[in-house]
Amino acid sequence: MLQFQPWKTALVALVCALGVLYALPNAIERDLTQDLPSWLPGKKINLGLDLQGGSHLLLEVDVDVVVAERLEAIVDQTRRNLRQERIGYRGLGVARDAVHFTVRNPEDLEKARNTVRRIDPETDTETGAGNTIRITLTEVALRDLKARAIAQSIEIVRRRIDETGVREPTIQRQGDDRILLQLPGVDDPERIKALLGQTAKLTFRMVDATASVQDALQGRVPPGSQLLPAADERPGAPQNYVVKRRVMVSGENLVDAQPSFQDGQPVVSFRFDTVGGRRFGKATSENVGRPFAIVLDGKVISAPVIQTAILGGSGIISGSFTVQEVQDLSLLLRAGALPAPLQVLEERTVGPGLGADSIAAGKFASVIGMLLVIVFMIVAYGFFGLLANVALFFNMALIVAVLSSLQATLTLPGIAGIVLTVGMAVDANVLIFERIREEVRNGRTPMASIEAGYQRAFRTIFDANLTTLFAALFLYFMGSGPVKGFAVTLGIGILTSLFTATLVSRLFIVLWMRRSRPSELPI
Amino acid sequence: MFRPLRIVPHGTKLPFVANRYKAFAFSVVLMLVSLGGLLVNGLNFGIDFRGGILMEVKTDGPADIQSLRNSLGSLELGDVSIQEFGAEDDVLIRIQRQDGSEAEQLTAVEKVKQTLGEGVEYRRTEFVGPTVGEELKEAGLIAVICALSAILIYIWFRFEWQFGVCALIALSHDVLSTLGLFALNGHEFNLPTVAAILTIAGYSINDTVVVFDRVRENFRKYKKMSFADLFNLSINETLSRTTMTSITTLLALLAIYFFGGAVLADFALAMIWGVFIGTYSSIFIAVPLLLYMQPRRGDEDDDADSPVQMPEYERQGAADKKD
Repeated sequence: MLQFQPWKTALVALVCALGVLYALPNAIERDLTQDLPSWLPGKKINLGLDLQGGSHLLLEVDVDVVVAERLEAIVDQTRRNLRQERIGYRGLGVARDAVHFTVRNPEDLEKARNTVRRIDPETDTETGAGNTIRITLTEVALRDLKARAIAQSIEIVRRRIDETGVREPTIQRQGDDRILLQLPGVDDPERIKALLGQTAKLTFRMVDATASVQDALQGRVPPGSQLLPAADERPGAPQNYVVKRRVMVSGENLVDAQPSFQDGQPVVSFRFDTVGGRRFGKATSENVGRPFAIVLDGKVISAPVIQTAILGGSGIISGSFTVQEVQDLSLLLRAGALPAPLQVLEERTVGPGLGADSIAAGKFASVIGMLLVIVFMIVAYGFFGLLANVALFFNMALIVAVLSSLQATLTLPGIAGIVLTVGMAVDANVLIFERIREEVRNGRTPMASIEAGYQRAFRTIFDANLTTLFAALFLYFMGSGPVKGFAVTLGIGILTSLFTATLVSRLFIVLWMRRSRPSELPI
Repeated sequence: MFRPLRIVPHGTKLPFVANRYKAFAFSVVLMLVSLGGLLVNGLNFGIDFRGGILMEVKTDGPADIQSLRNSLGSLELGDVSIQEFGAEDDVLIRIQRQDGSEAEQLTAVEKVKQTLGEGVEYRRTEFVGPTVGEELKEAGLIAVICALSAILIYIWFRFEWQFGVCALIALSHDVLSTLGLFALNGHEFNLPTVAAILTIAGYSINDTVVVFDRVRENFRKYKKMSFADLFNLSINETLSRTTMTSITTLLALLAIYFFGGAVLADFALAMIWGVFIGTYSSIFIAVPLLLYMQPRRGDEDDDADSPVQMPEYERQGAADKKD
């Protein structure tokens, strides 16, 4: 029994020392950790948003919109091609993720099929009963389209968040079409939600001067044009515009946008890249004297008349803006447009006050819980209880060390998990000590009792911990945020307590036995 | 050093098995009450599962709940509940899920913020849309089912099936009564509650396993003893450990309940109940039920994990003494 092999002693001592070392940065103020030599571990536990305050937002990318846009583009092209080939058709439109139309003359069916097949290489075209043709995007194309939309959305969301100056945001893809945003320190996410709530698709197009708004309101919109509402809803201003579908320049060609003032009014000044500048210059020089429309997310911001050709590649957007709106619009234009609208599915925001209170309460509860358990263990097992408490101390250090070095997130339920571990971790020692008592009563020598106590209790300890570990494991996989934090600390606590309650406490008992060689155990 | 305190003195022989009918009667009543509570009241699902809005605000000075109720009630947001939370200047506002999509929920949050104005501190704003609520409900259910099955499969491998059946009954007893507790006291049932239930399950099985281990050991030790005596002996032998562990766990939980803040209080409450009921069910339900299952005494099988046949340490201990 006393032969606790040297390597085993060394290993236990090493693990404990490392545990303390890696746990230590958490006991030091943040400013001081930077002064530590770089070879010392300096990582602190990562506090969850419920403790440090901040906002958790789960967003969904409406990928169906992207698919619909692509199908609409196919519809437009189909219409043009069919006209060019002089093929009569009816019922052209999008339904159930496919473009449908019916060819009037059955003899044109094959010709129609051939002409539409070339429109988009990533489509399947099939003919059906009654001279119908159905165009669908291929599986691969759909998947790519969605994946690209998500990736692009994440990038744009990241740029927009960065522009707002939030520090250390986490932006992750979750599942098929979701984005998880963790914004530490943000206690009022309304502005961010507003910023993310716009796709910010900007286009410059010509106003269709040949059509009247009145006709268009009654459904007579010329082909190639569309009726768009004005962004400015104040009475007196025009409420609608008929705008050409063809885009002169789009927001993609913007390189910069900044808030500024013109005649005392807040405006956005912007600059195009070379391609955009050239296109805009050409379009404006061809259309001097005619109005063009600046369209943002399907609404006309303004429709100024082109006075002279704009060749410098820069310009301003004026409208009835407030200063805040101008700032936000510039930000959105700089960051770029989202491929699809985003929807907030879940929000959990914790203010700094509650976070600080939770940390204080959590710390206090942990200290009280630990003190109670420590006192109780000494009352119940005397000297052995003291040893169990030493093991408990190392257990705490190891939990903190593992959490810090894995950079796992500590949440409020996570703190509860740690306190709970304190209560349950001593269980292993209780099992062992009770066994030792029994063996002593059965008349074994102190050493044989201790040996038997550890050996016989181990299987039970293992079983008992394993069942709780199952619970922690499934909680981890199912849980979100705070509950996941609970599962993490509970799981880590079980594993470290297995180590400290068996090996660490045992090492101390062996060391003590070697020194004092007691004839009777104080248990 | 002082003499350690023995909570359960050595040689304690309480007649647990003999009094099993009283315990069974109590448990049957408990189950009926729990089932009744679940059927009549149902669980008061919180926003995690039902979707909706929850806001915690701190007011300047004691909160005027009545006027808050009036001003928020006039927003036509459906069911709005307002209650004090932990302190008199701390108010919890719950708003039912709004009809329509996620956007409607966000509008409701903005409306409330406009009504409350700048004078309050927003300590917490949680909003769970209908989609996520459904998913969380599903995930919670799956986690409970998976964890319980994993525990049971483990017990089934580890013990004879008779033990497994008794453990299952005890476990269901504990989970059902905890659900019953939440149905009857009307406290909100949220994700942390599911976490508490799973932890209770783990804890309860843990207790049961310890006693079962002892029963198996005693099967080999006392081959002639009647089942009733043997089970009672096993319970009494492990009673000291069972109470010790329950006490240390309870001490930790009481610390969370009283000092861990209002957010954790419900979680701690569920766990405290779980420790009591888990300890009770191991002693009064799981083991006495074994009487009706007639498990094999196990002398036919396994030497491998028989803890009695371990002469090594005896020899080692003797060797140690010599040097």
